[in-house]
Amino acid sequence: MVTTFIPPEFRVKIDDEKCIKCGRCVYQCGWGVYEFTDKPIPDDAKCSACHRCVTFCPAGAITVERNPLAFKESANWTESARKAVWRQAETGGVLLTGMGNPRDYESVFDHLVLDACQVTNPSIDPLREPMELRTYIGRKPDAVKVESDGGGGLKLAEELPPNILLETPIVFGGMSYGSVSLNVHKSLAMAAHECGILMNTGEGGLHKDLYPLSDRIIVQCASGRFGVHDEYLKAGAAVEIKIGQGAKPGIGGHLPGEKINPEVATTRMIPTGTDALSPAPHHDIYSIEDLRQLIYALKETTGYKPVSVKIACVHNVAAIASGIVRAGADIVYLDGFKGGTGVAPTVIRDHIGLPIEIATAVVDQRLRDEGIRNQASIIAAGSIRSSADMAKAIALGADAVGIGSAALIALGCRVCQKCHTGCCSWGITTQKPELTRRIDPDWGAERVSNLIKAWSHELQEILGALGVNAVESLRGSRERLRAIGLDQQTCEILGVKPAGA
Amino acid sequence: MQIDAKGVYYKELNEEIRYAIDRGETEIELVGVNGQRYIGGGLRAEGVTISINGVPGNDLASFMNGPRLVVNNNAQDGCGNTMNAGKIIIHGDAGDVLGYGMRGGRLYVRGDVGYRVGIHMKAYETHKPILVAGGIARDFLGEYMAGGVLVVLGMNGNGTPTVGNWCGTGMHGGKVYVRGGVEDHQLGREVRPFELDDEDQAELDEILEDYCGEMGLDLADVKSKPFVKLIPYSHRPYGKMYAY
Repeated sequence: MVTTFIPPEFRVKIDDEKCIKCGRCVYQCGWGVYEFTDKPIPDDAKCSACHRCVTFCPAGAITVERNPLAFKESANWTESARKAVWRQAETGGVLLTGMGNPRDYESVFDHLVLDACQVTNPSIDPLREPMELRTYIGRKPDAVKVESDGGGGLKLAEELPPNILLETPIVFGGMSYGSVSLNVHKSLAMAAHECGILMNTGEGGLHKDLYPLSDRIIVQCASGRFGVHDEYLKAGAAVEIKIGQGAKPGIGGHLPGEKINPEVATTRMIPTGTDALSPAPHHDIYSIEDLRQLIYALKETTGYKPVSVKIACVHNVAAIASGIVRAGADIVYLDGFKGGTGVAPTVIRDHIGLPIEIATAVVDQRLRDEGIRNQASIIAAGSIRSSADMAKAIALGADAVGIGSAALIALGCRVCQKCHTGCCSWGITTQKPELTRRIDPDWGAERVSNLIKAWSHELQEILGALGVNAVESLRGSRERLRAIGLDQQTCEILGVKPAGA
Repeated sequence: MQIDAKGVYYKELNEEIRYAIDRGETEIELVGVNGQRYIGGGLRAEGVTISINGVPGNDLASFMNGPRLVVNNNAQDGCGNTMNAGKIIIHGDAGDVLGYGMRGGRLYVRGDVGYRVGIHMKAYETHKPILVAGGIARDFLGEYMAGGVLVVLGMNGNGTPTVGNWCGTGMHGGKVYVRGGVEDHQLGREVRPFELDDEDQAELDEILEDYCGEMGLDLADVKSKPFVKLIPYSHRPYGKMYAY
C-alpha cells in the first residue's frame, strides 16, 4: 500500500565503484536515510539534502540530486503547492518548517548599490589608516552637558545612560537553548567574547556553563518566561523583551516535549518532556503603557541595564517602534520577514511581515522626525547575508545588525529547513547527544569569529571606499545609496534616490 | 524599621528598601505608600518581611526571590509577575494579571482578583507556585497554565460566579481548585472538572490551613463547601495539530 503520494524531493546516488562500504554515511546521517546490508542503501524520501554524508564520505562516492521526476508544468499549481496539498490531505495538520523565508520575494538589498569616492574626494585605505567600527548601543542623551572640573578642564555634568560597546556593529540574534544545542550556544558566546560583540539567549534561559560569559550576553524575557529569574536577568549585559520574531510575527513559540531533555528542562526551569508553549502575546502587555511597565520592572530588577525590545517588522512598524522608544526601550531590535526560526508554520513564515530594508528605513525616519532617534539604538535583522547587506542596513538607519542564520551557516548549516525535526545532522538544531557533539565549541567559536572578522574587514573596505573613517558616518546616510530597478514610491519610502539621480 | 513612602518616587523608594536590606534589616514597614510600582521587584533575600501600608502600584514583587510582603490594603495589577520564591499576603482585593509566569512562592489575596490571573504559572522541581483568591476571579483564570496551584474560594459572594469565563484555556499543567464548583460553559476546552482525590485533598488542606492562618479566617467555614479540581486532560494540548 502506498502511504504517500508525495515523491521524494531528492535522490541520493552512491557510486558503487568508489564506495568502500565503510558505513560512515549511515552513522553521519541524522535522518536515517541509509540502511546497510552489504552496502549502503539510501531511502530518498528521508533525505533533506543537508550534505552531511556527502561531506564526510571518505571516498567521495555520494552525491545528492534534485529528483528529476517531471511534473506537468503549471506556473500556478507549482510543484511545492501540489506537495503541500498532498501533505495536508494526508495529515490534516498545520505545515511546519524551519529557517527563513525561502520564497522568491524581491530583495531590496539586491536593488541597492553603495557609493564610493573618485577624484573629487579621497577614499581611505583602511589597511593604513584607522577605521572605526566601534558602536555603542543604548540610549544617548539629548545633549551632552559639561561643567568645569575645577582644574581648568571639563567633565560630564550628568551621568550618561548605560551603553554597550560593540567592537563591530554586529550582534547574534536570539536563538534558544532547546531550539539549538548547548554547543551552539557555547560557540556563539565564545565568539561574542572573542569579537567584542553580543550573543542572545533567545527564550530558553541561560545554561549554568555560560554564566561566566554573561557580560557579552543579552538575556531574553519572552511571553513564556522560560528560565527567567532575578539572577538570570542580573547576569546579562542587557535584557531583551521579545514581542515578535520576523519569521513568525504574531505567533507564539512551541518547543515540543521531545526536545525538552533534562538539561534543556533545567535551563528553562520546567519539567522534562512537557511542551514549552510561549503564548503569542505577553498577556501582561496589551498596550505601550503595559510595555513600559515591563521595561521598568526589568530595569528595577537589573539596576537599570539597557532593555531591548524585539519586534517582527509589520505594516505599522514605524509607529510601533516610536511607542517602544517612548516606553523606555534603549534598543529596538527589528526582525524582518526573512529572519530565521527553529520552527514556524510555513504559511506564517512565508507570507507575513515586511522586509528589513523597508522597516529599517521607515523606523529610522520616524524616530528622526519625532526627535527621539537618539533615545534608542536600532538593530536590523532578518536575513543579513553579507557585509554588503550590513553596510546597506546601516546606511538605511541601523546602528548594528543582528545575525542568526548566517552564524548557523558558519557552523555548517545547509539551510535544509528541517530545524523543527530535531534531527539536524550537523548537530545544530538538535538535542541528540550523538549529533550535538559534532560541534566542538572551540571549533565553532573560531568559525563564527572568522565570519565576524571577515565581515568587519569588508565593512572597513566599504567605509574606506566611501571616504569615511567611522561606521557612525555611514549610519542613516542614505545619500550614499542608490536604487536600481525600484519603483519611485519604494525609493521615496526608503529615502533613497534612483541610480543616476 | 519604618520608611515613609509619601511622595517618594518608586525608584528612590526601592533603592531605600534595597539599602535597608543590605544593612541587615529584616522587618521593614512602609507607610504612606500610594501607587509606587515594583515594590520588592527583583529582591533576593531570605527572612525579610516588608509590610506595606497604603496601596502599592503595579508589578508588586515582580521577579522577587524570597522576601515576604504583607499588604494591609488593596493591591493593583501584575503582583508576583515571574516571581521565583517568597510570599505575598494582600489583605484586600487585587487587580489583573496576578502571578504571570510565576514559578514559585505564594500569593494570597483576601478579596477578589481581576482578569488574566495565574497565566502561564509553572512548576519546576521544588518550585510550586500557589495563588489563593478569597473572593472571586474574573475571566481567563489560569490561561496557558503549566504548573502550580490556583485556588479560588468565592467567599465574599454576592451572586457573581466564583470564576469568570474561559477558565483554564490552553492549560497544560497544574491544578485549579474552585470552592463550590464551576459551570461547564465557564471552562476553556483544554480543562475538565474532577473530584479531589486523597492527594489533592491533602495538598489543598495544607494550603487552606496556611491561608486561613495568614488571613485570620475560620478554616471550617472555608471548608464548608466542596471543592472541584480543574486539570488539563492533555499536557500536550497541541500535540496533534501539526504536519512535519
